[in-house]
Amino acid sequence: MSKQSRLHIPRPTARPGEEPDFSFLELSAAGAVDKPSVGARTRDIENLSSDMVRVLDDDHRAVGPWNPDLDPQKLQVALRWMLLNRVFDERMWQIQRQGRISFYMQALGEEAVSVGAAMALRHGDMCFPSYRNQALYMVRGVKLVDMMCQCLSNTRDMCKGRQLPVMYHSRAGNVFSISGNLATQYPHAVGWAMASAIKGEDHIAASWVGDGSTAEADFHHALTFAAVYQAPVILNVVNNQWAISTFQGTAGGERRAFAARGLGLGIPGIRVDGNDLLAVYAVTVWAADRARRGGGPTLIELVTYRGGAHSTSDDPSKYRPKDEWKAFPLGDPVERLKQHLIAEGHWTEAKHEKLVEELRALVLAAWKEAQTYGTMTEGPFIDPTTMFDDVYAEPPERLEGQRRRMLEIERNGGGH
Amino acid sequence: MAQMNMIEAIRSAMDVVMDRDPSVVVLGEDVGYFGGVFRCTDGLQRKYGEHRVIDAPIAEGGIIGAAIGMGVNGLRPVAEIQFADYIYPGFDQIVSELARLRYRSCGEFFSPVTIRTPCGGGIRGGQTHSQSPEGIFTHVSGIKTVMPSNPYDAKGLLIAAIESDDPVVFFEPKRIYNGPFDGDPEKPAVSWASHPKGEVPEGHFTVPIGVAETVREGSEITIITYGTLVHVAVAAAEAVGADAEIIDLRSLSPVDTATMTESVKKTGRCLIAHEATRFGGFGAELAAIIQKDCFYHLEAPIGRVAGWDTPYPHAFEWQYFPGKKRLAAGIRKVLEAAA
Repeated sequence: MSKQSRLHIPRPTARPGEEPDFSFLELSAAGAVDKPSVGARTRDIENLSSDMVRVLDDDHRAVGPWNPDLDPQKLQVALRWMLLNRVFDERMWQIQRQGRISFYMQALGEEAVSVGAAMALRHGDMCFPSYRNQALYMVRGVKLVDMMCQCLSNTRDMCKGRQLPVMYHSRAGNVFSISGNLATQYPHAVGWAMASAIKGEDHIAASWVGDGSTAEADFHHALTFAAVYQAPVILNVVNNQWAISTFQGTAGGERRAFAARGLGLGIPGIRVDGNDLLAVYAVTVWAADRARRGGGPTLIELVTYRGGAHSTSDDPSKYRPKDEWKAFPLGDPVERLKQHLIAEGHWTEAKHEKLVEELRALVLAAWKEAQTYGTMTEGPFIDPTTMFDDVYAEPPERLEGQRRRMLEIERNGGGH
Repeated sequence: MAQMNMIEAIRSAMDVVMDRDPSVVVLGEDVGYFGGVFRCTDGLQRKYGEHRVIDAPIAEGGIIGAAIGMGVNGLRPVAEIQFADYIYPGFDQIVSELARLRYRSCGEFFSPVTIRTPCGGGIRGGQTHSQSPEGIFTHVSGIKTVMPSNPYDAKGLLIAAIESDDPVVFFEPKRIYNGPFDGDPEKPAVSWASHPKGEVPEGHFTVPIGVAETVREGSEITIITYGTLVHVAVAAAEAVGADAEIIDLRSLSPVDTATMTESVKKTGRCLIAHEATRFGGFGAELAAIIQKDCFYHLEAPIGRVAGWDTPYPHAFEWQYFPGKKRLAAGIRKVLEAAA
């Protein structure tokens, strides 16, 4: 202890030019963490918030009590979704770099987070995603072409040109609209879950935020409300180590895992290997089961690594070592599931390559189709007067007046 | 018809709607067992149960955030923010989420939340229990903003607000909860019992949002106001002996432009009065509307009377409050000005 107070400035273990160092990351061996009953008291399972639930071991075998024993076909489906997410992101990233969309965000390295949860939840369960959960929309049935049209703000854009790329929504898929403001969806998920219980339904809600946005007040509001009313909700913290340029320590993750954030409120926390599809699936099933049986909320911290830039607007080589991902002890979720399937004799390199080719063709075909509905530079264009729709259910006269005025300007050749 | 004060009228509105529609739920600080610090929800939890009248943690952002989620899942939440002064922790949820959800999802998602909140001074509440922040909300597209001035309108407007698929911020001027107030704190309190607007139907009825009421007809000057100042304006006009037409806006957004402008075209003179601070206040928007639509009918500059541009001081409440004298002076000034 020092003789006077001092300010601690959190610093990541490595910045550009330095050797990546993940020695701080506490790991459990695959299969080492006990699986309690879903009715366990929070105080009796506090270890789950500091240990790490892992199923896939270093030999790519699924081991231990959390092994969900998914059949190979289902695992192949999971691999397909994760790969689709990656291939889609890859293409959209290129498209942004070519200047054909204004912005993009990829989920590189975090694909198991969304795919594992989406496959563990029921369709009637409502998802309140963050902006890096695009696979939720994919698994819940949103077509690739529709996601691309959203990014293009074209005539088929689900958001009618109102939202930044990747801010999707899907009522039919039960995946909420992405705001762009951080963590605001967390209390929505809790309220939605409360309503589900009030109505006597057994649907649950799930939401996702990053490690960085756990610092937002909405995160804490959500935890409080979820705990107080024991709402049937799964609150996921995707700890991908980086919030743009600040590391997870800047959000308060240095001394205690994010999974422990709910313990003071009696919310059980599970820290899980977020790059282990089987583990993500298993803990989500556990938490969903607990919620559906009146056991209330669970906070899940998914430990992963943001493999790419935060968005197309930042250059990670300016704030972290270039090869940091390679040093990340939990590896690449796609590669790990692939190796598991190969180790079990249900997959081959050749099949994998073929699948990647197939998905690339699928994405390319979707892109070709998406452009037929318009691009940023070539028509058809969305009618700009639709910007006045949906502000209200019952639009006030002043908006109709402004729409007429705008139409007049457009008819006179537009201009600025 | 029953005699009701504003608290009873507001409670009756929630009661009537909750009885008809099981999706209506109430949540807020102290609203359940206790029935609210102003008693507006008294008895509702006993009648409708703890799942529909919910005591919430002290987290306005959480109350509004959770209410939005409930609304998305088919409920029709009525959230009480105990004082309008406490609404700011929930401001992001109102502006960035509640007001925008329908728009950003092109109607796939919406949340029909009504936020009830007592506003205004005159109760010795100091700067944290006296504010009138309505102008901050009228500026936000995607929400409606309402402020009744009497029990009848309070009930009818609140039912309309709860039944609206658009989110509504419903301001309740707490100084007139128990009786109309003409701006003179020295006078004994008056109850709603002898006021015609204290007569309120017991059952279901609505006052449409977006429609103003002309509470007094006149030919010399139009006074546009809302909330507590409606009563102050009536008293001030009488004190001056002005033949004033007084318009109670009731809804601030959407605002009833036609009623205002028709009146000003008739009288040629206009005074705008609100309790909220003046600079950048809602009155500025009203003045801009009048100026644009009635410019060639105006015989004098548009007058404005408002709260001073300071926080609401505890000890100097009556120096702060735009009372009868200030309104009377405002009326005289507009009447005496030559175009």
